[in-house]
Amino acid sequence: MIQESPAYFKENIRQICKDEILRQIVRKATLLTLSKRSEVVTEYYAEGKDWEALRNQAHEIRKKTIDNLDTYLTELEGNFKKNGIEVKHARDPREACDFIVRILGEHNARLVVKSKSMVTEEIRLNDKLIEAGIEVVETDLGEYIIQLAGETPSHITAPAMHKSRDDIGRLFSEKLGVPFTNDPAELTEYSRRFLREKFLKADAGISGANFLVAETGTVVIVENEGNARLSTTLPKLHIVITGIEKVVPTLEETATLLKLLPVSATGQKATSYVSFINSPARGEKDARPEKIIVILLDNGRREIYRKQGVREALYCIKCGACMNVCPVYQTVSGHAYGSVYPGPIGSILTPFFTTLNESKDLAYGSSLCGACSEICPVKIDIHHMLLWIRSYAVRKKYTPFIERLIFKLWRMSMKNLFIFEFGRSLLKLIAPLLGSQETQLKIPIWSDNKDFPPLAEKSFHQLWKEDEVWKKNS
Amino acid sequence: MNVTLFIPCIVDQFFPQVGINTYRILKKVGCNVDYPLEQTCCGQPAFNTGYRKDAVYLAKRFIEIFSKYDYVVAPSGSCVSMVKIFYEKLELPTDSQKKLAELKEKIFELSEFLVDILKIEDVGAKFSGKITYHESCHLLRELKIAQQPRILIKNVKGVEYVELHESDRCCGFGGTFSVKFSELSTILTADKIKNIEQSGAQYVVANDSSCLMNIDGVLKRKGSRIKTMHIAELLANGI
Repeated sequence: MIQESPAYFKENIRQICKDEILRQIVRKATLLTLSKRSEVVTEYYAEGKDWEALRNQAHEIRKKTIDNLDTYLTELEGNFKKNGIEVKHARDPREACDFIVRILGEHNARLVVKSKSMVTEEIRLNDKLIEAGIEVVETDLGEYIIQLAGETPSHITAPAMHKSRDDIGRLFSEKLGVPFTNDPAELTEYSRRFLREKFLKADAGISGANFLVAETGTVVIVENEGNARLSTTLPKLHIVITGIEKVVPTLEETATLLKLLPVSATGQKATSYVSFINSPARGEKDARPEKIIVILLDNGRREIYRKQGVREALYCIKCGACMNVCPVYQTVSGHAYGSVYPGPIGSILTPFFTTLNESKDLAYGSSLCGACSEICPVKIDIHHMLLWIRSYAVRKKYTPFIERLIFKLWRMSMKNLFIFEFGRSLLKLIAPLLGSQETQLKIPIWSDNKDFPPLAEKSFHQLWKEDEVWKKNS
Repeated sequence: MNVTLFIPCIVDQFFPQVGINTYRILKKVGCNVDYPLEQTCCGQPAFNTGYRKDAVYLAKRFIEIFSKYDYVVAPSGSCVSMVKIFYEKLELPTDSQKKLAELKEKIFELSEFLVDILKIEDVGAKFSGKITYHESCHLLRELKIAQQPRILIKNVKGVEYVELHESDRCCGFGGTFSVKFSELSTILTADKIKNIEQSGAQYVVANDSSCLMNIDGVLKRKGSRIKTMHIAELLANGI
């Protein structure tokens, strides 16, 4: 069983490493998205545009925004109110869920349609709605699949990435009673039939937001299926829940980010739909929605803001490219992380959305190859921040005592050449006792899977001291 | 030109021939080569595992030893990255910071030093065999060194060079990652080896002994005939 907690990261990985089918599905899916992305980037350059310059520009926009977060949030809130959109702040998941349940109750909402939102996963909204007796239906196809399966998303933009077409076919036939098919078009048709009815009957729609434009008080939603537009325009009530970091100062700057997001997320130049929601319906009778409420969630984001070492993590526009490109993610897929946001960026966010102690292993589950930082559309220094999280865990003394001791001893030996050489001689002496041979040293764990080289007869240091380096040259 | 060798711990303890060959190459191209005997580790293992305070001790020590030289050259992208990129992230005393600013300008990875500083693209080496090249992550993404090693390898007489599919994909080493997440690390290394095998190369060359040690560990366990080779060993052949 894969555990839904980052504390089980290592155990989860050990299990998934044995699941070759899952690995193949996820590897194939991530590589496909990456290749589509690089085609678009190549096209970009062919058209004389500069992708790197665009990334730099986006980085500056995000930096300016996050550095002045409260200024822009105040502006945003003022403009929302002018537009007739209500605003509510929520400190944590409980506050956010309680508020949503209360609002839905006040509106006698029994059926809620949801468009894709990771923040609702973060606050575990669906569970709370069901507890309150409210029917909640996911309308994004990937999320719908996940809801039918009773699982959580394994990727922030492709929630059902870990499922094969056959898996989905079987799921649909089991849960919806339709004949088995693995044809994506047919499967989509089945879900459409079911979802249309829900859209029309829904009392409220809940969505996330990709961007919140401060100067105009606009909620921007990017999608491909049209389900977000239906969820936000058919029901009387529209609730938006998103993180405080989603604010963008101007429409023009939003346009820049909109160029980067779909390319990085799905390898599309633009998504099929981009909705700019400015206000509830005005004037006409029965126009929808009658009411829009935006909930701005903190849940650890202000803590990230206060930590200079990781503040950049708030620049994230949730494209998922760092997951697609990460060799670790490609191999273990999203559920292994046991957190709502998996992959490299998730390993930075999760310690602040949960606790550092339970999620510290995430930051260590990276070879620090830096592919994430290289692909990030807003140039977040992701892998360097993973290093920062590690140092944070060490500072809080959350790492094993034995490890701390080893590094103390190591530091001492490296500072003093005599101890250093003594340690080496000692290792040479005890190596045979560990089962080491002339051809290899036995190193715990490492040697389970691969050979380790033997210690050299003489170190470079010794060779130099004894003038051997020079002799070997002549 | 006066060059000072910075020999990473792994090279020092396990692969001294990489150090010797680095020395030979630099001598061959006309450098005066020195090796400060008091050098130990740059502190990277501690830094990468989160032990920044422990790393500070060694960084201070390293800066003290090496900042007085004209050029510092190391046969490793990873250890040079530690000095050039990661030292800045440590809380160093002002004095060390000042010296570091200068040191950063004069420390180089071997292939970078040969091609960019000495403007040497052919060291005169000879080697017969089919070779492919694995890009070490720190070399590529921290130091942005991609073309220099390829130029040098291709100019070795007798070498048949083939590009490696996904050459920029991590080999799965990652320092303590390879022990903390051993099964996962081994899968990543197996992916790398599959690509190496498909390239048809007899030798895989890289600029970091750590990556090579990791790849070689799995190759040996598999009983593969493919050999790993540090770029210094290749370039020192026949000179």
